[in-house]
Amino acid sequence: MIKPLTGNYAAAWGARLARVGVVSAYPITPQTTIVEKLAEFIERGEMDARIIRVESEHSALSAAWGAALGGVRAFTATASHGLLYMHEMLWWAAGSRIPLVMAVVTRTIGPPWNIWTDHSDIMGQRDTGWLIMMSEHNQEVLDSIIQMFKISEDPKVFLPGIVGLDGFILSHTTEPVDIPDQDVVDRFLPERRQPYILKPGDPLIMGNIPSDLRDNVKMRWDIHRSQERAKGVIRDVDREWAKLTGRSYGGLVERYRCDNAKYHIIGMGAWVGDMKEAVDILRDMGYGIGLVKVRYVRPFPGEEIAETLASSKGVIVFDRSVSPGSAGPLYLDVLSHAYIHGVRVPIQNVLAGIAGIDVGYDDIIGGVTMFINALEEGRWPLPSKIQWYFGGGEWWP
Amino acid sequence: MSTERYLPLARPVVGVSGKTGTWRIERPVINYSKCIKCGLCWLYCPDNVIEIVEGSAEYVKIDYDYCKGCGICSNVCPTKAISMVPEG
Repeated sequence: MIKPLTGNYAAAWGARLARVGVVSAYPITPQTTIVEKLAEFIERGEMDARIIRVESEHSALSAAWGAALGGVRAFTATASHGLLYMHEMLWWAAGSRIPLVMAVVTRTIGPPWNIWTDHSDIMGQRDTGWLIMMSEHNQEVLDSIIQMFKISEDPKVFLPGIVGLDGFILSHTTEPVDIPDQDVVDRFLPERRQPYILKPGDPLIMGNIPSDLRDNVKMRWDIHRSQERAKGVIRDVDREWAKLTGRSYGGLVERYRCDNAKYHIIGMGAWVGDMKEAVDILRDMGYGIGLVKVRYVRPFPGEEIAETLASSKGVIVFDRSVSPGSAGPLYLDVLSHAYIHGVRVPIQNVLAGIAGIDVGYDDIIGGVTMFINALEEGRWPLPSKIQWYFGGGEWWP
Repeated sequence: MSTERYLPLARPVVGVSGKTGTWRIERPVINYSKCIKCGLCWLYCPDNVIEIVEGSAEYVKIDYDYCKGCGICSNVCPTKAISMVPEG
């Protein structure tokens, strides 16, 4: 059934089709309409779930996690400052190894107050142990929520997962979305699995002080190993979903027009749509360019990226957030994993779209041609390998 | 590579932190003639060291091995049946 849905309504549909039993959330722009829609589904009797209303995001995730610890498929959603307020509980949820899914509608972090999208909030969660992905469009939001439950509840993984979508660009923009039939999702998503359940009459302590610190290290090692194993699960789940719905996203990455590409763009999130348009135009202009769309930030697809970049003559990584004093976080991961796999290629970082600055395909073409021309004329590196873009053709090192 | 899963789980057991009763500087002492068997001390005890003994004249029993002497039981007792006595 194809319906016009905003990204937020697509997220709510994903949670409904996954037969979520508990929803806990606190309102924050631009997330709020996800839980509003879920409340509407529940109120109408279309979804068999309970809503837990809380006084903060810290409690929103605590309550969703508590429900998940008790054996229920649980869901929450947040953004920006709300996600930062939850940050401590993200560590508890991942460390407990309890499957759980959260939608993060990306939004700039203040000061100053700003409701528009950038990726500072979601990228600030990279070390928590959660699986983290970003969507390009509303269909991918719906499909990824359902997939994330399956990945999160796989015994090879048993980690919570975030499905990210850009605030307003996806969250409040309507697109035609194919809503799969409930029986298709039921066939895809098995009964909930989790490593243990907290229940009355069977007292269990989660997270007590370890008697041997090496046990603590082993728990952290096990999270890292499970993230590595999740890569295979993510690829399998993508293939299985494609068999049922005809839609495949490539697993951890999607390669767009990478055949015979001499240069590569790497990006993540809604503006990948603009990047695809830029690639089409650049190809028409004679530039041999391809795009690597990063879907999963954690686990990071180091192998796929290194394999694609092995034959590249130059790479430009667009980051929608920055780690001040270092560089864009996506760039840093690309750089590290290229190096780990022995790939030596010029890699340029562009920090753009930060604070919600609108970036269109023409801005991307401007940055890419500047980089490629500098490379071909022997002028690279440009004044800096990390360049800022402020919109309107304004570049600063 | 080990296939064992490493979970932060434990089973609750008595006295994992040792005899915490030695931390006590004041001891709650019950005057059973004043006790009205309301069970508030049992309900409020944060360390779960007060036990109700049904049918006994000594209706509540304190486990002094683990009672830290916080005084909450004495504070909530409606008949002031529990007094805090300095440890010797």
